[in-house]
Amino acid sequence: MSALPTVEDLKAQIEASLPGAAVTVIPNGSPSAQHSLLLDHEHARAVALFLRDHPDLRLDFCSLVTGVDWLDTETTEKIKVKKMVAGPDGSEIEQEVEETRKMKVPGYLEAIYHLFSMEKKHGPVILRLRTANRTDQTHVPSLTPVWRSCEFQEREAFDLYGIVFDGHPDLRRILMWEGFQDFPMRKDYVPPADDSLAPLPFASLQRASTKEARP
Amino acid sequence: MSVAELERLVAAGEDGLGDILEVSMGPHHPSTHGVFRMDVRLEGEKVVRLKPVFGYLHRNHEKIAEHGAYLAAIPYTDRLDYLNSMTNNWGYVLAVEKLAGIPVPERAEYIRVIVAELTRFQNHAGLVGFLLQDMGASGTPLMYAFREREKILDLFESLSGARMMCNYLRFGGLRVDCTAAWLDEVRQLVAGLPRFVDEFEALLRENEILMARTQGVGVLSRELAINAGVTGPMLRASSVNYDIRKVDPYGVYGRFDFRVPLGDHGDVYDRYMMRILEMRESLKILEQALRGIPEGPIMDPKTRLRGLRPKAGEAYGRIEAPKGELGFYLISDGSGNPYRYRVRPPSMINLTILEDMCLGRNVADVVVILGSVDIVLGEVDR
Repeated sequence: MSALPTVEDLKAQIEASLPGAAVTVIPNGSPSAQHSLLLDHEHARAVALFLRDHPDLRLDFCSLVTGVDWLDTETTEKIKVKKMVAGPDGSEIEQEVEETRKMKVPGYLEAIYHLFSMEKKHGPVILRLRTANRTDQTHVPSLTPVWRSCEFQEREAFDLYGIVFDGHPDLRRILMWEGFQDFPMRKDYVPPADDSLAPLPFASLQRASTKEARP
Repeated sequence: MSVAELERLVAAGEDGLGDILEVSMGPHHPSTHGVFRMDVRLEGEKVVRLKPVFGYLHRNHEKIAEHGAYLAAIPYTDRLDYLNSMTNNWGYVLAVEKLAGIPVPERAEYIRVIVAELTRFQNHAGLVGFLLQDMGASGTPLMYAFREREKILDLFESLSGARMMCNYLRFGGLRVDCTAAWLDEVRQLVAGLPRFVDEFEALLRENEILMARTQGVGVLSRELAINAGVTGPMLRASSVNYDIRKVDPYGVYGRFDFRVPLGDHGDVYDRYMMRILEMRESLKILEQALRGIPEGPIMDPKTRLRGLRPKAGEAYGRIEAPKGELGFYLISDGSGNPYRYRVRPPSMINLTILEDMCLGRNVADVVVILGSVDIVLGEVDR
């Protein structure tokens, strides 16, 4: 296995050869230390081609593509504000008071790509693409034109998470059936309450069949 | 004629050129090895379009695993590729070990290699049997393969309690230790297996019909194989030297001396031979592992199986499963169950290029080409 540059070096290399590309290093706190690179949509495909074709990197093998759903989160923040309060002698004085303020952080969907090199036998380099939100702006650029191995896996992320991959040659549902509406891998997915997905009750089938079997 | 042009002619009703026939092969068809369907468009006997359709066995395996503890997912992984539960377990526990930084004792690593190579052996024997069955060699090769597979499954049963759903590996080691008697039984079996491989290979290797049906059929080029993420014996049949046991060694694979067989043509015949040759290499690894297995614990007593809560972070672990690169990708948010649990299913990704291999061939070849891919629908559909 030949040595792969660190994520910081990779970021510098990408930004040097592709002006305007915004790359952010996302650190990984686990012992695996597999850090990743967050790409902007506009340059994602150019970065992918750069990583694939660079003679020292040759990341010709995109092993894994997957989606992740990050829900909207609420963070509470304590801030100090100056307020006029009643003083001990009845007059109003200025005092610092702590207030908690709720902040809503919008969630997003994320597409993750694990790249390896079959030629140089190194890896992984992990790329991330994020959608603007979880509801109406769920587009990311497709990397299927760069690596054919993304074809089915991007379809799966579309099917189960609702990430729309722009430029995918054949973006259809793959595991769920055509006409299914929701995205079952999302964290807030609720199965339909009307049991439309449930199989027919066995007891009623059995009754029907035994009735028919009788002379 | 291009597909687009054909579609236009069919739509305009001017397809007087020949018979364009749409055939739905499967989902219930013996040659599809499970509930798998192909939408095939034929011009005469020639395939002009083929779209795989799957998902009939989809049960959202990943969601189920995300709702349970880390330990609870192990028995579910048995049911992915239900012929190879031991290697499925290994892929998953490797990812958890990477995520939480869990060490594995040496003896456990050796037993893992032994069960994984036995698994690979029986998978390849079974696959070759099914492939030859698809070509009309009814019964005999498959029964020969299953005769040996049965002996391996008996060993798995006496080790783990189950023949196929072994649920045997744990992060940090194994569920139970093997006995000296069990190891002796494995040694005895492994000593007899080279004779079986010789017999199995001689059975049809130079058979004229087999050669005519497989040589030059379903050719997959080296470039397309790499770009499409094809892995396992299929990739190596297209002469790409990439075996994870060699390039990214996990466990104690770095210590064993074995070769990586490579094909020249990337056709069905090469894929068939690749399995036979890999069976021989598996036996080499088995002999070395059985010779070198040390005494010792199979699990560090400090390892927490229940209530494992890895630090927030993520890890991707991958192994060379019999069908290709089996990977597990886990994201932890610090809680007791994975925030994201993802399987990289080798047999689903190897299906990406099914259409490319089948275009221009006739229907009978489709059956053979699909047989050489080696799919298990439990893993494709998850």
